[in-house]
Amino acid sequence: MHTLTLAELSNGIKSRRFSSVDVTRHFLDRIERLNPALNAFITVTADQALAQAAAADQAIAAGKGGPLTGVPIAHKDIFCTDGVLTTCASKMLSNFVSPYDATVVRKLKEAGVVMLGKTNMDEFAMGSSNETSWYGPVKNPWDLTRVPGGSSGGSAAAVAARIAPAATGTDTGGSIRQPAALTALTGVKPTYGRVSRYGMIAYASSLDQGGVLTLNAEDAALLLTAMSGFDERDSTSVDLPVPDYTATLNQPLKGLKVGILKEFFGQGLEASTESLVREALKVYEQLGATLVEVSLPNLPLSVPTYYVVAPAECSSNLSRFDGVRFGYSCDSPKDLLDLYTRSRGEGFGAEVKRRIMTGTYVLSAGYYDAYYIKAQKVRQLISDDFRRAFAQVDLLAGPTAPTTAFGLGAKVDDPITMYLNDIYTIGANLAGLPALSLPCGFSDGLPVGLQLIGPHFAEAKLLNAAHQYQQQTEWHKRVPAGYES
Amino acid sequence: MEWETVIGLEIHAQLATKSKIFSGSATAYGAEPNTQANLVDLGYPGVLPVLNREVVRMAAKFGLAVGATVAKRSVFARKNYFYPDLPKGYQISQYELPIVQAGKLEIVLDDGARKTVGITRAHLEEDAGKSLHEDFQGFSGIDLNRAGTPLLEIVSEPDMRSAKEAVAYMKRIHTLVRYLEICDGNMQEGSFRCDANVSVRPKGQEKYGTRCELKNLNSFRFIEKAINHEVARQIDVIEGGGTIRQETRLYDPDKDETRPLRSKEEANDYRYFPDPDLLPVVIEQSFIDDVRATLPELPDQKAARFVEQHGLSPYDAGTLSASREVGDYYEAVVAALGEPHAKLAANWVMGDLSAALNKDGLEITDSRIGAAGLAALLNRIVDETISGKIAKEVFEAMWGEGQSADAIIDARGLKQITDSGAIEKVIDEVIAANPKQLGDYRSGKDKLFGFFVGQVMKVSGGKANPAQVNDLLKAKLQG
Repeated sequence: MHTLTLAELSNGIKSRRFSSVDVTRHFLDRIERLNPALNAFITVTADQALAQAAAADQAIAAGKGGPLTGVPIAHKDIFCTDGVLTTCASKMLSNFVSPYDATVVRKLKEAGVVMLGKTNMDEFAMGSSNETSWYGPVKNPWDLTRVPGGSSGGSAAAVAARIAPAATGTDTGGSIRQPAALTALTGVKPTYGRVSRYGMIAYASSLDQGGVLTLNAEDAALLLTAMSGFDERDSTSVDLPVPDYTATLNQPLKGLKVGILKEFFGQGLEASTESLVREALKVYEQLGATLVEVSLPNLPLSVPTYYVVAPAECSSNLSRFDGVRFGYSCDSPKDLLDLYTRSRGEGFGAEVKRRIMTGTYVLSAGYYDAYYIKAQKVRQLISDDFRRAFAQVDLLAGPTAPTTAFGLGAKVDDPITMYLNDIYTIGANLAGLPALSLPCGFSDGLPVGLQLIGPHFAEAKLLNAAHQYQQQTEWHKRVPAGYES
Repeated sequence: MEWETVIGLEIHAQLATKSKIFSGSATAYGAEPNTQANLVDLGYPGVLPVLNREVVRMAAKFGLAVGATVAKRSVFARKNYFYPDLPKGYQISQYELPIVQAGKLEIVLDDGARKTVGITRAHLEEDAGKSLHEDFQGFSGIDLNRAGTPLLEIVSEPDMRSAKEAVAYMKRIHTLVRYLEICDGNMQEGSFRCDANVSVRPKGQEKYGTRCELKNLNSFRFIEKAINHEVARQIDVIEGGGTIRQETRLYDPDKDETRPLRSKEEANDYRYFPDPDLLPVVIEQSFIDDVRATLPELPDQKAARFVEQHGLSPYDAGTLSASREVGDYYEAVVAALGEPHAKLAANWVMGDLSAALNKDGLEITDSRIGAAGLAALLNRIVDETISGKIAKEVFEAMWGEGQSADAIIDARGLKQITDSGAIEKVIDEVIAANPKQLGDYRSGKDKLFGFFVGQVMKVSGGKANPAQVNDLLKAKLQG
């Protein structure tokens, strides 16, 4: 049952082959058995999940229910969940029970989705390996000595290990796509503004976007159709109708123009990854697409640009964690300054502090123009590059990450090398573009991801392209050893 | 040496919206602490601000009223600092691109001179909460009811040259925001408050002196006193060979002194940057046109109309247009009485009515005598049923008893005597009773005429028509 896709589970529940409670119990059992070695979950909401599943079964028995009624998923612990611990994998929020649901959580709840629990992640989504979590690192089910990627590492590990059929994630600089690539999943970051950020604890507000990690493009289409849409509580969400993304999955790709991103095939890209990505592009040719090389000359500036913009926003976004109203508060503070410095000093981990300090620095008087303003200008140049490219092609393609999953601890002490892991994913965040990663092969038993980037609001086209590839390939169906049964 | 004072004001006007600037919480004053703060106001993880459309309309109204540019695109920025009554760790304000840019306002000084004060900008921002340092035994309490209340910060050019000018400017802004119905102007509740930037320079020098910022001046009287005090302090320091440090100072009205709060060096680096949670505010010309169409008649326009249409003096017109409510009351009286009697209406509104309101601490909207009631009373002066003097007595009775003018006139028999036979009878009595004065008058002591008028009025109980008394008395005295 656990190797079934979300769509297959949904069909099974609807046709009463099995109940939502059966499915939910099955995954809860797997979580109990397999999660300790993976550390993919921070919180498992078993009782609530079974109650939701029972309600879903009743709805279905009453002839009600939609395409997602009764299917269980996991939420990244960055989404606020009413009455449930919401930690952002930080000591700072280790006692925070959210009094409300994020819009994404609410919408999926309303669609009848069952929540299995909250997944581990890099602390406040800052990291590319899921090693900055206060709850400990997550292990990659394809090799338990390696990282699952980050920051949505818990979601990725949970779905790859088939202990959750699908999971939500958030992507600020690649935090959905890179872990999806490292665990052989389909991971979609929608257009900025497509999915409400309300209730998604902010890291870098102008870059953060909620999305999904699933077994295939069809599952992603199902979830995104339910999650997306304008939210009056999020001023940056966009008021455009949401199409049924599943309706266009089967469109033929004949005539599709795919741009090969020249800048993504340079120095730092592992040879085996490159050859698998190029193999995948040939499949697109066979599907009737034409490939053209495209150059985005400013794209190599993505990483330094990101590491000015994101820390700047995070330094301000995380100011609310001050030990006064919620979250961690230090013991017996002497005075106000002591309350602030110790609560924050003790509550935040090293990477979060590094980014807060970097961000505070780049916004400081005298440095603002040299860093923040300049970064915004470069960000505009990168957006312009993408816009020019999309005048020529329908989608852009390249690798998702430069290497396969690296060893736990391998890059922890070298933040710059760690940051470079997001070199191919950050561009889409800076330009607000939809992008996805899909599995395109294995190198030494480790998954490799192909990344597709589309113009604004081209989610349907991206999912269509991913789905067509998955009709021709079996990479997405592989299950890591030890997790088949 | 002769010194010149230079003053610029930053006025915070709380916008009179029902809900907060970025959340749906109520803004009503005086609620139990923290009962008007929702998750957005509390800065909970994951929440986002959504701009209240009404504040944009109100800011645009103000901008148009001071002849400013209402920016087609303005941007909210974050002002970052830590304080317990600032839940998010930043205040959402406008920094580089405010919504109102480059306006001006004319003020009238005591000597009648007019002066134009430049308004650099007015921007929208959210208020912080309130820290309560008493009653918590070594701790501070925080009330976040006020957090997120919309403010319009109105920044003037350093155009004022005395505390009196500063007060005149602030009063003008106060009048204006109430006219526009964008602020209730309640200074006691903090809806309208002001910081003053004050410096001095030798007369004739072009360069400004180093300024100090006086914080939180919340009454017209305090502003004048605080500025005068600060000017004297600065002159003292300079003349004593010292220099002024740029700093923020707090005025203590109890001790009538200012004391330093923080110096420039200690000032926060607020690390302003555009708030990524809010899109730039983009305003269409049609929106501005709509707002312009809803602008009420402004104080200056109203005063000019009172002069032209009612024949009032500029001073009276200015007084009656200083508040929208007073202007409305006055106009209602004139409407009932007829424009030829506007001056009578003006005198009563500014005189007896204003005095009675002051005495009872009432606003004109809560007056015990409505505009129709006052007009009915004044009509009895116009139709000579009573004299002006009797009218004062009737007014007082109306104020106290709440009855109509006619009822009081009837009940007390105050109707004026206009029957010349009756008046002649009184005059005859008075002349008969005062033979000596009569003789003196007839032998040339003209001044005694007043004595006879007084006696006649006294005997008639004040009810004799004064004009008739004059005429008839003159004839009789001459014999």
